[in-house]
Amino acid sequence: MAGNGQSIYMDYAATTPVDPRVVEAMMPYFTERFGNPSSIHTFGREASRAVQAARETVAGILNCKPGEIVFTSCGTESDNLALRGATLENGRRHIVTSPVEHHAVSRTAEILHAHLGYGLTVVPVDAYGMVDPADVADALRDDTALVSIMYANNEVGTIQPIAEIAAVAHARGARFHTDAVQAAGQLPLDVAALGVDMLAISAHKFYGPKGVGALYVREGVRLVPSQSGGGQEGGRRGGTTNVALIVGLAKALEIAYAEREAHVARYRQLRDRLIEGVRARVPDAQLTGHPEQRLPNSASFALRGVDGNALLMHLDLKGIAASSGSACLVGTPEPSEVLMAMGLPPAWALGGLRLTVGRHTTDAEVDAVLDVLSDAVARVRALAAA
Amino acid sequence: MGTGSTRVVVAMSGGVDSSAAAGLLVERGYDVIGLMMRLWTEDDGCGGRHNRCCTPDQMADARRVADRLGIPFYVVDMRATFKASVVDPFIDAYAAGLTPNPCLNCNRHIRFGALLKQAQAMDAAYLATGHYARIRQSEDGAYQLLKGLDPAKDQSYVLSVMTQRQLAQVLFPAGDYTKEHIRQIAADLGLHIARKPESQDLCFLADGDYRGFLARHAPGSATPGPIVNTQGERLGTHTGLPHYTVGQRKGLGLSAPTPLYVVGADVAANTLIVGARDVLGRDALVARHVNWVAGAPPDGPVRAGVKIRYRARETAATVTPDGATTARVKFDAPLRDITPGQAAVFYQGDVCLGGGVIARQPA
Ligand SMILES: Cc1ncc(COP(=O)(O)O)c(C=O)c1O
Repeated sequence: MAGNGQSIYMDYAATTPVDPRVVEAMMPYFTERFGNPSSIHTFGREASRAVQAARETVAGILNCKPGEIVFTSCGTESDNLALRGATLENGRRHIVTSPVEHHAVSRTAEILHAHLGYGLTVVPVDAYGMVDPADVADALRDDTALVSIMYANNEVGTIQPIAEIAAVAHARGARFHTDAVQAAGQLPLDVAALGVDMLAISAHKFYGPKGVGALYVREGVRLVPSQSGGGQEGGRRGGTTNVALIVGLAKALEIAYAEREAHVARYRQLRDRLIEGVRARVPDAQLTGHPEQRLPNSASFALRGVDGNALLMHLDLKGIAASSGSACLVGTPEPSEVLMAMGLPPAWALGGLRLTVGRHTTDAEVDAVLDVLSDAVARVRALAAA
Repeated sequence: MGTGSTRVVVAMSGGVDSSAAAGLLVERGYDVIGLMMRLWTEDDGCGGRHNRCCTPDQMADARRVADRLGIPFYVVDMRATFKASVVDPFIDAYAAGLTPNPCLNCNRHIRFGALLKQAQAMDAAYLATGHYARIRQSEDGAYQLLKGLDPAKDQSYVLSVMTQRQLAQVLFPAGDYTKEHIRQIAADLGLHIARKPESQDLCFLADGDYRGFLARHAPGSATPGPIVNTQGERLGTHTGLPHYTVGQRKGLGLSAPTPLYVVGADVAANTLIVGARDVLGRDALVARHVNWVAGAPPDGPVRAGVKIRYRARETAATVTPDGATTARVKFDAPLRDITPGQAAVFYQGDVCLGGGVIARQPA
């Protein structure tokens, strides 16, 4: 806790608090309705009905069939299932991805490349972290099994032209997966409009519980399960169904999309207040990511000559919870891979700062952050110069 | 912990001394923040590390202690400063035929330099460490550096570089206790590291292997060359001057009727000089880069107990300042292991007067 007692959370991209309505919806499934949905008896049927209802809710928001939803344990697992599942199933031997993917995608692609011999092409991004569909078209080969490009970036908030990239991939017979973990709750998730084959989400980013995610898998796309076991989730993901958390994910997604317009409008206004404030008050700060095509709740900056971790420490001491692109708990900060891929020089790429707002953020909090930030940046710069 | 309480940054290593120091400060009502310095990383390419400081285990220990004490904990990156002001001079000193003690440099430039600045930037009134030493303010306002209460653990030797300004802003909570007592305090606070064994090695070397370290970082620093006696007669071959230290007898690979000791080196000729025990004894040394804790040298010669190594006994001597940063030390009786590069530290009773680096002696 900070010395002056204030406590401001500006890290909604890392995780969100669970909505009390979601907690309430989940509670019975820990205790009285504890059955295993795979059981044939009453207890099992009761649990099974809850999971089916959750699947229908999610399918409604994603504009797909309930059977196209696979529940998983998190966004990372959804990404793993998409990448491993779709490439292993397919005779094709090549993967295309971007340099700004979350590690859940990039590390998985690297493992498929290094250990299973898949070809891997990482297409470039522009200075905003944006992928050009034409570059994807150039990277595609006759044996490209999968293209995986994230919907919105977790570090700089840039939104990718998903529908265009999906169309490009399909034109060469490749599958298209998108990591929509950051997008979910803020951007439309209509899989038909996006034209994707697979799409990953994670409940804790939209005011649901940690430890539950989902993967949309278009009908007809075959997957080798990355977690093999029982026949749960249509044989695509083994393991006793986590009823309570699945109920929580569906409830959270339902609320997020019922209230989306109002929340997003508010996020935008708070975000822009942050961006303007930083522009006006912090010298040598540069907005990172796309100025317009960006997540409504995300303000991210590069700060010349600032060790992002040192800055986070000073902010934390003032009660402000923020994040840097190169979050590092062990004191060996490396320049952010995402910022480097966007062409920022290392002196800027070490100084990533991400401020993400959410349902509980207020104007007063934004102003308090701006008050502290310029002073904290000055201190960190002075130390580095000493 | 109130809004108005005094803020102290504690340098935490994950060991019992700095953990107990943090605990003592929390108990005394300070607003305590734990910091760990990331000083060095050296990967051996197979996931192992050659250094023993700031390892994942140490970090996890420090973090766990901080959680237990309910204080914030951060790791700060000081690798660049540490390399420039501690490791590079360490390598250079060996290359120059000296036997350096990097801990003094580290205290001067890192702990009570860069880290103290960090603490100030965090609005801390004090920086605390787990050292066994004490700070006393005399009536005239001047600060004195005293030995730790536990004579077996006293660390004032490596703190002899401290200035008045630093002493005014530093706390050594462990210095008022014995090691056993500190372990008890840690245990009473429920800290899991209370019985953790301690390591004597230099923090950036694993297993104290400075030869391997030099071979990796200063490949040219250890070249075999001749071993000669004081008459200049060649007696054998050494494996590289940094591998020897004054007074050393073992490991020379010489057979002689009387035992031979390293008495010095001719660095320019890459030659190691050995001699009989009586050649070794010296009763004087010159210390350079002297720091007088009081802020200025005494007006004339002073009687003092002088330590010529961290774990050496004090020897009675007369210390004569020669300008602000040089001192001539004349021992009452000769010593056999005066080693250029080590620190000579001067005491009067419990008070550490200061110290300097032992200069190379004329052969
Ligand atoms: C873009 C993106 N993908 C994947 C993940 C991983 O999600 P989870 O934490 O549920 O494994 C995250 C979460 O940080 C993310 O931001």
